[in-house]
Amino acid sequence: MAEVEGSETVTRSKVKEEYKKFIGRKVFFISFFILLIVLLCGISISLGPLNFSVLEVYATILDKFFPNFFNVPELAPRVIWYMRLPRILMAIVAGVGLAIAGAEMQGILRNPLASPFTLGISAGAGLGAALAIIAGVGFIGGGLLLVGNAFLFALIPAFVIVGLARFKRATPETMILAGIAMTYIFSAVSSLLYYFSEAEALKDVVVWLMGSLGRATWSNISIISLVLAVCLPMLIWKSWDLNVMSAGDETAKSLGINVERTRIFVMIVASFLTAVIICFTGMIGFIGLVAPHITRICIGGDNRFVVPASALFGAAFLVGADIIAREVVAPVIIPVGIVTSCVGGPLFLYLIIKKKREYW
Amino acid sequence: MVEKEVKREEMKLKVSDVEFGYRSVPVLKGVCLELVQSEMLGIIGPNGAGKSTLIRCIDRILAPQKGSILLDEREIKEMRRMELAKKLGYIPQSGHHSFPATVFDIVLTGRRPHIGWRSSEKDEEKVLDMLQMLNIENLAMRDINEISGGQQQKVFIARALVQEPDVLLLDEPTSNLDIRHQLDVMDAIKNLVKEKKISAIMAIHDLNLGSRYSDRIIMLNGGTIIDAGSPSSVLTPENIKRAYGVEAVVKDESGRPYIVPIRPIRPNGGGVR
Repeated sequence: MAEVEGSETVTRSKVKEEYKKFIGRKVFFISFFILLIVLLCGISISLGPLNFSVLEVYATILDKFFPNFFNVPELAPRVIWYMRLPRILMAIVAGVGLAIAGAEMQGILRNPLASPFTLGISAGAGLGAALAIIAGVGFIGGGLLLVGNAFLFALIPAFVIVGLARFKRATPETMILAGIAMTYIFSAVSSLLYYFSEAEALKDVVVWLMGSLGRATWSNISIISLVLAVCLPMLIWKSWDLNVMSAGDETAKSLGINVERTRIFVMIVASFLTAVIICFTGMIGFIGLVAPHITRICIGGDNRFVVPASALFGAAFLVGADIIAREVVAPVIIPVGIVTSCVGGPLFLYLIIKKKREYW
Repeated sequence: MVEKEVKREEMKLKVSDVEFGYRSVPVLKGVCLELVQSEMLGIIGPNGAGKSTLIRCIDRILAPQKGSILLDEREIKEMRRMELAKKLGYIPQSGHHSFPATVFDIVLTGRRPHIGWRSSEKDEEKVLDMLQMLNIENLAMRDINEISGGQQQKVFIARALVQEPDVLLLDEPTSNLDIRHQLDVMDAIKNLVKEKKISAIMAIHDLNLGSRYSDRIIMLNGGTIIDAGSPSSVLTPENIKRAYGVEAVVKDESGRPYIVPIRPIRPNGGGVR
């Protein structure tokens, strides 16, 4: 008997140890990406027509908070603070928001294909933008015509999907199909607008659709940051319930989760977050869909870690993609949306082929 | 294992006149039953008799249109879902998991009714205890989709048990299992029920397993209870003929009825529909 007891404690402590290691791996992943973001930001800001060293960049930024401690090159504060930093911060907040929205949508709908793109949110924003640029029609006039249109049209699919869930008790599968149907509708109407538009306007729309960080301003960033500051804690708080829900609605209910309410709540928050971001950046594809998957491949499926880790991955990825977008055919800056898909697509394919087991 | 003897208050579940239907198709037509502590109640009946539906109504996964379900004298539909989850544990017929997850993390979700977001060392210990009790601790860090059906079933049982419920609700716990795993799983459930003084309601297709492991059996047919009582009083050739339309011989196996189905009864032979 003593032997059996002994072997049991051995297995037990082995399991404990393995579990600690597994958690350690996740914490490492998260810390690694925080450092990576800091590093990429430094590199990204240092690049441009006026070259600074990476250390000078950090010195300039820290100087703002602790004056007189650092040697700051002339011109650096102006260039960095007003011209380069907004773009990088936009990349960070947009990356964080899109990745989290994707992770949460996949979680509540229990579907690896869910993302702002497949649920029609991006197509909605695209139609809103096309209406504003080509027809000059929108809910809000003046300077906010384009942004307001993109934002409001992006929310239409969310309302339809949430309405279906609330009043028709739609299953996650139906919700996704509804999103895809709306994508087609919005694209068709957009195409009709393109067909009748002037060449100049058409180009504007196409460029908008490609997604860009060039429109970043401090006020845009503050709006997105504020929304993130409100949405992020709520979404991370719900992340453990996503774990429970991936066992299926019935099991989740038996574990005390109000499945319908959680699904609607998360859907609204994640859609709102997405809409706020893409109305300023245009369609930056890929991150919402793939950041969560790549994160899962690296650290497993526990959403308490997947949600924050995908956010960091999304931010690092977008900052990195922006460096490529600015440097590859400098001084021309190509839209970052092109880079995210061009670089991210092959990376994702590679990981799918290489992965050892099924991840969804 | 440092499993404290848990002092439980006398638990009682009372289901009366429960009716449930999908749109206009009635599934349960006035079902009544009672369950006491440490009891294993088997629910048998042909496909479509309402076994799973009854289990789901009791766990409030489905909301009955009529009738009342009282748990410790309290109407379950008036309880908060989290509160109910501390008392009732549900084990689905077959679980699938949409995203990668280790066995450990899945069992840990069973603690959800008791904790908010962060699990403590204590919760992790409880998970380990349960894995050890069901002899699956060596699978702890494996992915749920990589282990066999029998092992998965044990994982789902472990998840329901770390929930520390008073009543376990099992929907076909042995479907998809080979005979070895059937016995394994049923023995584990039986031991837990007796040891922890909880009770279990199980919808079960296999009449012989039902007979062997139930203290009491309820036979459902067409949404109504046609007989209830000890296994030997319910599992009679007449009842089996009535519910399943099958001619069967009932033998005795260590004091429990053992059913050998012989042949289906053709139309006009009585029984179903």
